[in-house]
Amino acid sequence: MQPDLKLYDYWPYRDRPRIVWPGGARIACWVAPNIEFYELDPPANPYRKPWPRPYPDVSGYSVRDYGNRVGHERQMRLLDRFGIRGSVSLSAALCEHHPEIIAACAERDWEFFSHGIYNTRYTYGLSEEQERAMILDAMDSIEKHTGRRPAGYLAPALSHSEHTMDLFAEAGGVYTCDLFHDDQPTPVRVRGGQRFISIPYSLEMNDTIAYVVNRVEPRRYGGMLRDNFDRLYAEGETSGTVMCIPTHNYQVSCPHRLAALEQALAYITGHDGVWVATGREIAEYFLANYYDCAVADILRKQEAAGVNAA
Amino acid sequence: MSTPPDPACLRYRHRRHGMDHQRYEWSQLHEREPVEWPGGARVAFWVNVCVQFFPLNPRGIPFAVPGGMSMPYPDLRHFSLRDYGNRVGIFRMLDALDRWRIKPSFAVNGVMAERAPYLLSVLRERGDEIAAHGWDMDSPHHGGLTPMEETDLIRRSIDSLEEATGRPVRGWLGPARNESPLTPDLLKEQGIVWFADWVNDEMPYRFHTRAGDLWAMPLPNEIEDRFILMQNLHSEDSWVEQVCDACDFLLREAAESGGRMLSLNLHPWVLGQPHRIARLERALDYVTSQSGVWPTTPEEILRHPSFRA
Repeated sequence: MQPDLKLYDYWPYRDRPRIVWPGGARIACWVAPNIEFYELDPPANPYRKPWPRPYPDVSGYSVRDYGNRVGHERQMRLLDRFGIRGSVSLSAALCEHHPEIIAACAERDWEFFSHGIYNTRYTYGLSEEQERAMILDAMDSIEKHTGRRPAGYLAPALSHSEHTMDLFAEAGGVYTCDLFHDDQPTPVRVRGGQRFISIPYSLEMNDTIAYVVNRVEPRRYGGMLRDNFDRLYAEGETSGTVMCIPTHNYQVSCPHRLAALEQALAYITGHDGVWVATGREIAEYFLANYYDCAVADILRKQEAAGVNAA
Repeated sequence: MSTPPDPACLRYRHRRHGMDHQRYEWSQLHEREPVEWPGGARVAFWVNVCVQFFPLNPRGIPFAVPGGMSMPYPDLRHFSLRDYGNRVGIFRMLDALDRWRIKPSFAVNGVMAERAPYLLSVLRERGDEIAAHGWDMDSPHHGGLTPMEETDLIRRSIDSLEEATGRPVRGWLGPARNESPLTPDLLKEQGIVWFADWVNDEMPYRFHTRAGDLWAMPLPNEIEDRFILMQNLHSEDSWVEQVCDACDFLLREAAESGGRMLSLNLHPWVLGQPHRIARLERALDYVTSQSGVWPTTPEEILRHPSFRA
């Protein structure tokens, strides 16, 4: 174990090269519905228990199943109304279990990025070889079922190893959602030297973190989304920012909660200068237009600060 | 990471179309035949009231249930506060339900027939639907019970309530909604018709058991008074707001997609408090004053052609 995996260099938010998003937009907004499959009876993992209660954990399993049976369609229709294409954080096995959901998203030209095989299978305890196999399996499955190889990765249940980024970049991925260190895309260092970046995904705006961990009231969640947007929108005029709303259909799509998201989306999309995009589009635009100057700016600032950049 | 990698972690035995078990079919709500409720109603409104006994000396097997004792023995504060619901809170709640003409169902721990015969006689006189809620709140069903032990728990709970209320008991809500791998099979074998442990749907659906199908009835945990007020610590006003928002949303969705259900699971020890009861009244007033709301119960819903056996 190491004190820091050195995935990125210190790069202060002040005085960075300004990002201007397509159409002159100052903020890129993306919505990332997590579409997950949790197994009722997964194999035990020595580092993390998939379910708090003994088998069968009816409460835990069934509320997540609600997301696929009931919630997904609701959120999809809501995003349709605002012209938002989701960027799906996908448990790859869902391609086999629930292809109907995949087809509905594909029809809308949504993006699919990898979220592992199942959200009850963790990276913890896997050998490097096993983690590579798992990452490739997920990418191959998603490509097979959607016709496009995923560009992004959110590790299953946010479980990582020291080599997760390296392995995903080696498998052809270009962006990670696993790092919460910034409000702009940043380069991420991988051992193969690929052009690999982090796209802001936001733990704080994640509905499950808000509702389950922080237990906020639905209207307050809507208010948090608006506040988050207001500040990133204001700052984006000079910096160029990214706002992400990560959602889960078993949380945000409950009848007593959907109004909060609806109001926030109406507010956000009611502004000029907002680029409503997908994770892949943001990553590709940044890589094509800003990656090189970001790397150069980081190097310059590291040198100016007397830090020996790795 | 010192444990040797287990090859089982990359084997996926159930990776195929549908669910990873045989209990019910994979089915998205919006794909189903639209349901037409009686009188053109859009939302069926089901209120279930839990009548619970939390023993002072819980064994906590296989876990300490939500709402149970949490202080060293004897935890009189939580014991008596739960009892408050059955002595005081429930009568406030009954008045409110009657005032807004809601016919609730009651999910009752079997032991309550011994502990509060007066309350059971009130329920008997009212004639409301009674569901079994297990024996007591320290008796969650779990895989550590033998099938015989579990059958006995189910049988005792049903018998005690049938004797006390003179009504057949056809519904089930497990203590803490917990189950063993066999619970649905044993419930069906003991004459249960519907149960509400699984929170994966908003309409009734068929749940397979070795003795035939049960109806899984939707009774969401996420909008329960206990969950919102005691676990999430949201304000009482927020609970009302969440119920009203849910009602508005479901009425709108039902207008396009066919009948929906709004189900509230209530605890007299939570909402029956003097400072909270007015919030229940406000929520009931709002929901029942919307046009297209049909206050009903599981037994009525299961007489509907869409859900008959």
